[in-house]
Amino acid sequence: MFATENAYYPDYSTKPIQHSFSPYADNGGSVVAIAGDDFVVVGADTRLSAGFSIYTREQNKLFPLSNTTVLGCSGCWCDTLTLTRILKSRMQMYHQEHNKVMSTTACAQMLSTMLYYKRFFPYYISNILVGLDNEGKGCIYSYDPIGHCEKTTYRAGGSAGALLQPLLDNQIGQKNLTKVSAESITQEKALAILKDVFISAAERDIYTGDNVMINIITKDGIKEDNFELRKD
Amino acid sequence: MSVLCPEIPTPGFSFENCKRNAVLETKGFALPKAVKTGTTIVGITYKDGVILGADTRATEDTTVADKNSEKIHYLAPNMYCCGAGTAADTEMTTQMISSQLELHKLYTNRVARVCTANQLLKQYLFRYQGYVGAALILGGVDVEGPHLYMIYPHGSSDKLPYGTMGSGSLAAIAVFESRWRPDLEEQEGVQLVRDAIAAGIFNDLGSGSNIDLCVIRKGSVDYKRTFDEANKKGVKQASYRYPRGATSVLSTRVVDIEEVAVQRIEPERMEIA
Repeated sequence: MFATENAYYPDYSTKPIQHSFSPYADNGGSVVAIAGDDFVVVGADTRLSAGFSIYTREQNKLFPLSNTTVLGCSGCWCDTLTLTRILKSRMQMYHQEHNKVMSTTACAQMLSTMLYYKRFFPYYISNILVGLDNEGKGCIYSYDPIGHCEKTTYRAGGSAGALLQPLLDNQIGQKNLTKVSAESITQEKALAILKDVFISAAERDIYTGDNVMINIITKDGIKEDNFELRKD
Repeated sequence: MSVLCPEIPTPGFSFENCKRNAVLETKGFALPKAVKTGTTIVGITYKDGVILGADTRATEDTTVADKNSEKIHYLAPNMYCCGAGTAADTEMTTQMISSQLELHKLYTNRVARVCTANQLLKQYLFRYQGYVGAALILGGVDVEGPHLYMIYPHGSSDKLPYGTMGSGSLAAIAVFESRWRPDLEEQEGVQLVRDAIAAGIFNDLGSGSNIDLCVIRKGSVDYKRTFDEANKKGVKQASYRYPRGATSVLSTRVVDIEEVAVQRIEPERMEIA
């Protein structure tokens, strides 16, 4: 009998060898968004990394799609580039065909459709779409890589998403607390919590750090803010 | 077995769970991950001794397990050892060799030599064929002068004037290759080691937090724990103190301790039927 498999001499094995190539990369990064009555804030760290090395410390991961809509992406950076490029051209086509800017809610639906179109070869991205709805209220849509969409008022995604979401549940969602206040969150408080959770994420997640880019969306447009994190 | 006659455990590792774990793994229960030091450790020789350096981050996959881990281990009064790799392995290996060196010192009535420690470490690591995952930088001063050894997990070792190990070793060696020279002054050496560790901390995601240093001269040691805080933690903007009564009380029961009686529990006889 021929030895088709020999545990001691793998070089002499005649079994077929399977080679593989992964089309995906995990470039890390975290996105956090908090919505209020007349505003929404979204922040993303600016570290782009792979394995144990840093590609750049200054990569903006927030993409303004209109004056009232911003998309935050983390995960596979090459997929992010492709998705946002197609998304921007779809926004432009809509503008030229309908002679109006796409609303945040319409944009949210389109993103879901675009992600599900790639159901069996997905974009490896954690997406968080934020903006103002038709009434001017802040809203957040979060997605899984294949297009499941959920509308929320606060959300953490990306490499530190699992670390930060319970913190937001408690601090913003007022979960597991007695004496729940009925007042809605102010812009100042949302901004302070957003910065603080990124400080905490940078302490424990190796893929989060360097800087945070923040976009504050109100009826007056999009305001940018920047915030430093630890760099190790 | 009684208190007067305790059971003596068999020496060496216990492998009694190996077969069970292998079966569990085939059924899809993966082993839990060990804490790795994902490290930058360095060592140099200078004019009158050696300087060892290490970062203080320990990781579990992509999360930071320990923000101020001690990676420069004591071996003997004239010898210290930096450890990279599996945290438990570096800690236990250095502890055990430290004990052997102490006994060796008492037996011979001499200060233990660095080459002795190197031999003990590499022979121990070779015995376990790389399964004891410890990458070490051994430094010390003995009658022959200052010595620096790099010891790899499979049991090979190098005697070098300067070297680095761990996931940040490439960032750190780049600093040494450009700036190390023979007969450095102590102050220059300390600065060079600090910069090499800092390069690892900032450019390697497995390394981070603070810089530990250890200067070993003939007859004296300067262990500088947290020599430099390379990273300052961010300052929180909001307060996260919970107001009194934030946690809900589900039920309350007050027990008067005077009324609690002592209950004797009779030992039950073992069922042997």
